Amino acid sequence: MRVTTPRQDFVRGIWQENPVLVQMLGLCPSLAVTNTVANSLAMGLATFFVLTGSSLLVSTFKRFIPHEVRISTYILIIATFVTVADMSLEAIVPDIHKALGAFIALIVVNCMILGRQEAFASKRPVGRSLLDAFGTGIGFIIAMLMMGTVREVLGSGSFLGKSLFGPNYEPWVIFVLPPGGFFTIGFILLGLNWVERRKKQKPMVREWPEGVASEKAA
Amino acid sequence: MTADGQQRGPGAPPQKKDVPPWRLLATLGTAGAMAGFLIVFVFVATEPAIRAHKAEVLRTAIQEVLKGPAQFDTVYVYEGRLQNELPPGMDPEEVEQIYVGYSDDGSQVGFAIAAAEPGFQDIIRLIFGYDSRDRSVLGMKVLESKETPGLGDKIEKDMIFVQQFDGAVTPLVGVNARQSTGDEHEIDMITGVTISSRAVIRIINNSLERLGPMIDAYNGGGTQ
Repeated sequence: MRVTTPRQDFVRGIWQENPVLVQMLGLCPSLAVTNTVANSLAMGLATFFVLTGSSLLVSTFKRFIPHEVRISTYILIIATFVTVADMSLEAIVPDIHKALGAFIALIVVNCMILGRQEAFASKRPVGRSLLDAFGTGIGFIIAMLMMGTVREVLGSGSFLGKSLFGPNYEPWVIFVLPPGGFFTIGFILLGLNWVERRKKQKPMVREWPEGVASEKAA
Repeated sequence: MTADGQQRGPGAPPQKKDVPPWRLLATLGTAGAMAGFLIVFVFVATEPAIRAHKAEVLRTAIQEVLKGPAQFDTVYVYEGRLQNELPPGMDPEEVEQIYVGYSDDGSQVGFAIAAAEPGFQDIIRLIFGYDSRDRSVLGMKVLESKETPGLGDKIEKDMIFVQQFDGAVTPLVGVNARQSTGDEHEIDMITGVTISSRAVIRIINNSLERLGPMIDAYNGGGTQ
């Protein structure tokens, strides 16, 4: 088991091991419901709630869960929180609940959540598991908001429902339709990987032997 | 023994494979029972708000498909006819309800009928206004559907499609846009959304086939 500091547990999920942008987990909701910022945010918060609640319970009761039935117990716990989130959203923000449709129920099968239970919460203390869940959940919300912002601004010319460019803007409708989701995530991943690669290349330049470096400079 | 094994922490693979079956059952049973309690608790807590919202949505939808009646009443479909009152002891929630709208001078505007049938993905639930005097549809609004985003959901978002129902005469006939002759029974279906479009038309036709005679009988003593 890798030894980590509490800070690492928290920060890791936000960026370095972002569930969507790096681990490629939870892509289904990230593609399906990010056509507006409000939907993305609601989906992000609902997933955050389910992840945190599940990690807390799994980590608390890990000693009582036999190895043989752990997956079914995790799913049971996750499904309970999803149902709670589903009902609460319907009671509090019915319009968003309607827009998210079946995807709230599908949080149950979001691999990101089950993955955190199996890989982290079932092995670590409660506090660490909560930190990990917070980090991963925030990372998921960030990814959802990135998708949602790009798609709503380009596809509807608005942000959180407020028009940005005035009536003469011709919305780029493809971005609110399913193909737009693929384009958006594709370009975001392209950009991030490009940045990552450049970061990795920089120290290599410094390590070049004298002659090569001066040759480059010349 | 068991206690020792547990103190190793669940991360370590279990040394012994003989966890008694009753423990597996007990774990899942307990977790299931706790999950059930929690869900019931949340259900009870959220149900009033959900119900109130649904009633509000229905009320606005009735206003919309009857083109803003001054008021509307609930009529119950019970024992094969429309009744203003239910026999005492009946739960109104369990009986199909339709709504009859009146204008300012008390004359009947039409009936708002909610109906549901399978579409392409799942049940489509819609409400439509119906004027029994000239057998025309006053307006149609989809209340609930899970049709494909971007395609099937055009039955509620494509306003050109939705507005065709205003004034269309029943029974409705769905036609391809190219074959349209302008007949008042015709509804131009949306290209690529054939099944969902057809479902909307079928829902309206089927519910009028069933309720139409009852509506005529209900009005029989009065206007006709």
